[in-house]
Amino acid sequence: MIKKKAIVINSKDNVATALDDLKAGEVIQEEINSIKKKIKLNQDIPFGHKFSLKEIPSGSPVIKYGETIGTASMAIKIGDYVHIHNVKSNRGRGDIKGGVL
Amino acid sequence: MSFLGFHRPDGQVGIRNHIGIISTVICANDVSLKIAQQIEGSVAFLHDQGCCQTPIDLNQVTKTLVNLGRNPNLAGVLLVSLGCESVLLEEIREKIAVSGKPVKTLGIQKIGGMLPAIAEGCRIAQEMVIEASVIRRETFNDSHLSIGVKCGASDTTSGLISNPAAGAAFDLICDHGGTCVFGETTEFLGAEHILMRRAANPRVAEKIQKIVTRMEKRAEMMGVDMRGGQPTTGNIKGGLTTIEEKSLGAIVKGGTRPIKDVYEYGDQITEKGLFVMDSPGREPEFLTGIAATGVQLIIFSTGIGAPQGFPFVPVLKITGNPKTESYLSDHIDKFIKLSEEGENTIAQAGEEIYEEIKAIASGKKTKAEVLGYGQFSNIFTIGPVI
Repeated sequence: MIKKKAIVINSKDNVATALDDLKAGEVIQEEINSIKKKIKLNQDIPFGHKFSLKEIPSGSPVIKYGETIGTASMAIKIGDYVHIHNVKSNRGRGDIKGGVL
Repeated sequence: MSFLGFHRPDGQVGIRNHIGIISTVICANDVSLKIAQQIEGSVAFLHDQGCCQTPIDLNQVTKTLVNLGRNPNLAGVLLVSLGCESVLLEEIREKIAVSGKPVKTLGIQKIGGMLPAIAEGCRIAQEMVIEASVIRRETFNDSHLSIGVKCGASDTTSGLISNPAAGAAFDLICDHGGTCVFGETTEFLGAEHILMRRAANPRVAEKIQKIVTRMEKRAEMMGVDMRGGQPTTGNIKGGLTTIEEKSLGAIVKGGTRPIKDVYEYGDQITEKGLFVMDSPGREPEFLTGIAATGVQLIIFSTGIGAPQGFPFVPVLKITGNPKTESYLSDHIDKFIKLSEEGENTIAQAGEEIYEEIKAIASGKKTKAEVLGYGQFSNIFTIGPVI
C-alpha cells in the first residue's frame, strides 16, 4: 500500500493537510468526489500543514472540515502553502472591533 | 462492565485515595508544598488566587476550592490558610465537609509561622493518610465513571486523530450511563454552530452561544488580534492557522452525544450524560476547573506534546502524532496510529481508550502521575488583581 501523502477531510474543502513533510515540485494525487486530481506543490509543506486544492481569490473563505476556517488575505493558487501568511481569522479580532483598555 | 473504586460518604466514587493539602490562598503555597512533599499519600493543590480580587473572583475561587475538596479522588482535605486572605477558611471547610469526608484546617499566622505550621500540618496529614489507608477498593459499574477531556499543545493531528478518538471514548462512557465533561470555550469560536445543533434543548443552545460570545468579548477587550495567543505559537507551528481551524478540530473530543447542559467554571456536576463547563484553554486553569466538576480522570489529547497532569486527577495522555510519540514517550500513555481506513481507527481507538480508562480507574498509574508532573495549577479568574 502506498502511504497517503495528504488528507482531504470533507468534499467541500479547498485545502488538504500534509501527512508527511512534502517538497516543492512534488505532485500529489488527490481524490475528491471520486474525481482524481493532480496537484503540484509550489512550496515545501511541513507535516500537518495545509496546501490549496483550488484557486482561492483574496477575500474568499478557506474551507476545511467542510467549514470556514478563515478568509484568504491574498490570492491563493492551486498547490500553494496555506497558513498565517495568506489566511486571516474572522474571530477574536479585537484589532478590528476595538478594545476597551 | 465494572471498575474498582473507592466509595465516598456522599455516594460519589473515587479512583484515587489521596489526602488533599489545599492552599486557600497563594500565600499558603510554600507550607502546603512542604507538607505534601513530606507526607506520602498526600498531594498539594497550589494556586495564585484568594486575595486582593473583586468579590466576583473571590466567589469563583471559593466555589472552585470547595468543589476541588469534594472531588471523590480525595479521601480527606487539609486546608492551609495564611489567615488574612479575602476568601473565608471556615466557609470553605464547612462546604467541603457537607460531602461527609474529613476536613481539617491550618492557619500559618495563627500557629506562629512556617515552621510550626509545617510540623502541625504534617502531623494532621499523617493521621489522615493512615485513616484513609483502610478504605478498600470495591466494584462499581461503569455508570459511576465521570471523565473529563482536554486537548493541549494541539497540532493538526489533534483534530484528525486524537480528538476524534477521545470523542469516541466519550460516546462509550455516555452510553454506559456515565458522566462526561468538556470545555475550553475559546476553542468553540468558529465551531459553536455545530455544538449548538447538539444541544439537548434550545435553552442549552442559547447558553453555548452566551459563553462563546462572553469569551470572545473578553479577548477582544484587549484591542488586538488574539492569534498567537489562540491559536498559540506552538499550534501555528503545528499547522493550525486560525482559531476556527483549531476549534473545528477541538470540539470533536466531546464526542457526538447530546449536550445536556452548560455549567460555569468551578461548578460541581452530579448529573449523568455529556456536559460543557465554561473555561479557558490554558492547562493550569482548565485542569483545575474540570477537577472541580468532580471528574475522576481526564483524557488529555495532545499533538506537539503537553507533559502536565493534575495533582489528584489522573491524566491519560494520548497523541496521534508519530513524532511526539517517539520524542516524548516519557509523557505519552497511548499512541493512536492513523491507518488508511480512518474511521475504523477512530472507533477502535475509542474502545481502547475506554478500556484504558477503566484500568487507570482501577489503580493503574499514568505517566504524569508517576513523574509527578503537574504540581503547579491555578484557578481561572476574570477581573484584575487589585
